[in-house]
Amino acid sequence: MSVERVHVAGVGMHPWGKWGENFVTYGVAAARAALADAGIDWSDVGFVAGADTMRNGYPGYVAGATFAQALGWTGIPVTSAYGACASGAMALEAARQRILSGMCDVALVVGADTTPKGFLKPNAGERTDDPDWLRFHLLGATNPTYFALYARRRMELFGATTEDFTAVKVKNAAHGLSNPNARYRKEVTAADVDASPLVASPLRLLDICATSDGGAAVVLTSREYAERKLTNRRGVDVAAVSTVTPTFPNTIIEMPEFSTDSAAGIPAPDLTFKQAIGHAAYEQAGVSPEDVGVAEVYDLSTALELDWYEDLGFCEVGGAEKLLRDGETTLGGRLPVNPSGGLACFGEAVPAQALAQVCEITWQLRGEAGDRQAIAADGAPPKVGITANQGLFGHGSSVLLTR
Amino acid sequence: MSTNTAATSTVRRRPAVEGWFTIPGEGSDESPRLIGTRCSGSGTYFFPPERVMSRAPGFADADLEEVELSNRGTLWSWTDAQYQPPPPYEPVTDPHEPFCIAAVELEAEKMVVLGQVPAGVTVDDLELGMEMELVIDVLRTETDEETGEDVEVMIFKWAPASGGAKS
Repeated sequence: MSVERVHVAGVGMHPWGKWGENFVTYGVAAARAALADAGIDWSDVGFVAGADTMRNGYPGYVAGATFAQALGWTGIPVTSAYGACASGAMALEAARQRILSGMCDVALVVGADTTPKGFLKPNAGERTDDPDWLRFHLLGATNPTYFALYARRRMELFGATTEDFTAVKVKNAAHGLSNPNARYRKEVTAADVDASPLVASPLRLLDICATSDGGAAVVLTSREYAERKLTNRRGVDVAAVSTVTPTFPNTIIEMPEFSTDSAAGIPAPDLTFKQAIGHAAYEQAGVSPEDVGVAEVYDLSTALELDWYEDLGFCEVGGAEKLLRDGETTLGGRLPVNPSGGLACFGEAVPAQALAQVCEITWQLRGEAGDRQAIAADGAPPKVGITANQGLFGHGSSVLLTR
Repeated sequence: MSTNTAATSTVRRRPAVEGWFTIPGEGSDESPRLIGTRCSGSGTYFFPPERVMSRAPGFADADLEEVELSNRGTLWSWTDAQYQPPPPYEPVTDPHEPFCIAAVELEAEKMVVLGQVPAGVTVDDLELGMEMELVIDVLRTETDEETGEDVEVMIFKWAPASGGAKS
């Protein structure tokens, strides 16, 4: 299976940080940057897909319309998508489908957030039938609780050490040093990580990503439109968008659940949920993990980045520590992971994050990533890049870009 | 099945969430149990108990029977909460005392269930694969607004099994 490709005409971001502005400000800035990058006027956009934010009231729940209104109503249809960490990819997929169905030539995808400091927590109110509310109330289980359960598991099963987790942070901090959109642009040493307080054993504060404000946007066009209309066409296409859900029984404990599914009656599927996310992207694009030259993966924690190496097929299960220790995932290595600096340098702005990953891979494949540029063995920018993330309630996504 | 309301001496008890676990009466030699449901068609288990329909694909019309789950399992992974979680977590000590959270694998049910670990156990006391048992502990104490009496709000936790050694 290989699905028809759509063109990434433009990408843009509002820098991540704690700016204290309304999320719409960031989304509009990112949208205008993406339109300028594409050389496309807002009046030529035929569809807007917004990724929702849950922390900014009603305008956040109707993000597509909020951004369309802020840019100036033009009468075009909109949609708004929420899929936790995968929200941006879900919005991207809505835009891609609109183009692939022939209903529009140009679509704008925008995600932005304003996030409070500290642990992400459920909305207010007593909701005793909401597992996200109950896990805090009954268990005191925050997101880092789950990250730490996975990290401990890696240590016990695969011999990962806290030094490995620290090395991921040090690597990503170095990658993000010169990224103008990153919030943290500061060298981090192993001693810095060790000196940061434990949050959820074995993870320390610097192992866990912060929460940030930020915005990201992508302009998609049909390939036919790009060839006909775009003078500055730069050859990066979306080859796959995977937004698969888990297959029953999902046997890995996941936020915000109290338990896994039971495998007593029906055997566990061959692929775990996270493996299935990447697998669907490869299958849709008709490429294999060996083709990938750069990746942006969701390092909610340092240890989770290692899980992704395996889930995306960069190495066998249990092989991630070797890949890291050999420097293969560091810039200059065979397959740089999180050249942007990842969540370690950005912090998470939930609805913008999956789109920020797409922005970075686009810049990488175009060869526009400056000091953080990944270089393939032939001396050119990579030809294939992949993104991956996962969030609450069975959401996850992977976007595969090619040039 | 004995759900809750123990024969109390002084303090009334109630479960923090209805229908998830049993609370044996004080002095009872029964062990507390998690309450789940079992899909009669596929044999799969659900915890927290599914009451509406089986989530096992292909078994939507199968009956769900209420069952008590294994009260022992092996430690799949563990961590602790060094920082006080945000609301709706309700602090039990001031200042916050770190507590452990365990993910315990039940052999018969082939599932992993999370629970806090009672105070006094640290991450260094825990080990992959060690046997854990279900216990009932006080989550917090509240005051009954009508009678003014104290009510202990109870929750299930995972404790290292008595005899404790790695299984």
